Amino acid sequence: MPAVSFDHVSRHFGAVKAVDDVILDIAEGEFFAMLGPSGSGKTTCLRLIAGFERPTAGDIRIFGEPVADLPPYKRQVNTVFQDYALFPHLNVRDNVAYGLMIAGRGKRERHAEAEAALEMVRLGGYGSRKPSELSGGQRQRVALARALVNKPRVLLLDEPLGALDLKLREQMQEELKTLQRQLGITFVFVTHDQGEALSMADRVAVFNEGRIIQVGSPEDIYFRPEVPFVADFVGSSNVLPEALVARLAGETCPAAIRPERLRLTSEGPLKARVTGLSFLGLSTRVSFDAEGTRLTALLPQDVARPREGDEVALSWAAEDLHLMRAGQRANPRAGA
Amino acid sequence: MHSDHASLKLKIAAAAGLLFLHLPIALIFVYAFTTEEKSFQWPPPGYTLKWFAATWDRPDVWEAMALSLKVAAISTLLAMLLGTLCAAAVSRTKFFGRESISLLVILPIALPGVVTGIALRSAFSIAEVPFSTWTIVLGHATFCVVIVYNNAVARFRRTSGSLIEASMDLGANLFQTLRHVILPNIATALVVGGMLAFALSFDEVIVTTFTAGQQQTLPIWMLEELVRPRERPVTNVVAMVVVLVTLLPILGAYYLTRGTEAVAGQGK
Repeated sequence: MPAVSFDHVSRHFGAVKAVDDVILDIAEGEFFAMLGPSGSGKTTCLRLIAGFERPTAGDIRIFGEPVADLPPYKRQVNTVFQDYALFPHLNVRDNVAYGLMIAGRGKRERHAEAEAALEMVRLGGYGSRKPSELSGGQRQRVALARALVNKPRVLLLDEPLGALDLKLREQMQEELKTLQRQLGITFVFVTHDQGEALSMADRVAVFNEGRIIQVGSPEDIYFRPEVPFVADFVGSSNVLPEALVARLAGETCPAAIRPERLRLTSEGPLKARVTGLSFLGLSTRVSFDAEGTRLTALLPQDVARPREGDEVALSWAAEDLHLMRAGQRANPRAGA
Repeated sequence: MHSDHASLKLKIAAAAGLLFLHLPIALIFVYAFTTEEKSFQWPPPGYTLKWFAATWDRPDVWEAMALSLKVAAISTLLAMLLGTLCAAAVSRTKFFGRESISLLVILPIALPGVVTGIALRSAFSIAEVPFSTWTIVLGHATFCVVIVYNNAVARFRRTSGSLIEASMDLGANLFQTLRHVILPNIATALVVGGMLAFALSFDEVIVTTFTAGQQQTLPIWMLEELVRPRERPVTNVVAMVVVLVTLLPILGAYYLTRGTEAVAGQGK
């Protein structure tokens, strides 16, 4: 039985289709990422699971139970909010123990459990502080402990790392991943950062304009995009238009090729002019104008760098040109 | 050139300004102790405490005092209820005409009291509502609601909206969320708004003159008493009481709002 399932779920705000006919199964114990640009419907989907929004159409089930009529406080899910939403008038311990207090647990018991949850997120001993006395990263951990202490069956995370700096974010990504493996709880994670989604999730759903346009493993999404939007949004792949693909590969459909798989050669199928170079440390990003199409390549530093304005040829291994044939779109339920 | 110390002239000017503001009030207090009862003679020919006893024995003072306290208490409670609900609606939801409602709620405090008073008086007479304690309460509520509303709106705006969702996410129903999250977060704003509203109502004269009918609140009683050349220092004793009753809540409000910025604004 899937932990969360969406059956043709829509959430419209007037004429705005925030979520439009979404079909989705999230398996129990899965680390599931919802990835998309802002306004793509991923956060609304999360709020539909939490119960803050009601679907305009369709059916949502959590562990098989229809939840259309369940308010948020009757669902076995907990949320880590984007702004953490810690209660400013309560100290850290009482924040974490809030759910237990509401559930009617005794003071000693809930304080012991809150302390254990704080230990789990490495904030043991911080119980008596006020949220305002903590750093962003610490607040994030408190929010996590406050949600997990209720032993939810599904944990929802709404861009929880968005407000942290890069280094802390990478550290928290690993910690979240480890925590999810240890606890075995289903995590549903909303993010607009494709690197975050790819590095943490077991499966990723890519959202655009209220719809899921591809669901799959990070490898699927990265190497085998089904539509140009996914190729472009996830890791900024090069998208070759149909006409170009027709000439190069003999098929009339768009195709994607990863920037790191493009090679500069003296002889190659595609002529291009270098329009810009930027040094990225590990590699150099080179932009090209190839017969009117903008392409980028990531060149390792040990390869001779071209200069701006150079006329070069581009080549690639046949298997790296990923054709996005129409009708190839997999059923989003597949692979769950 | 910039100097850390104010010049002597500036100090004198500042002192003169403060004296001008507060000396007359001190004089009112002094006259409460004068032995002379008909005119305000300076310096007082002698000092006595007998006016306190005289005030104590005046039933009209007690009546006016009781009415003022009653009106202030009821208008404050009414304002706390309505002001908070209105603030919650305006800051928590989006609806057509929200900004206009916000403006209309604040407007009574910008209107001159005379206008509010005349408007209410003619409204009461058109609706054939007899003047009573309740017409005074209604008049006072028009500006008391604004005070509470302004305080509550500011607090709601600084309180992160996801707190309520977080509470419900953690299993609390609406009532539990109100009790454990919303009220603790707006409590000081409510108390402060209530205290200021009470102080405003307690010393209000203008609107009251139009809505009171035959009854006298304490400030109205004082106004009437000034034209009577008998036991004048009693008025001064009452004035001292009014100052204390209005000053204490305002001081309380001031101390309560100090240092709440960091607590209430903490959403992120």
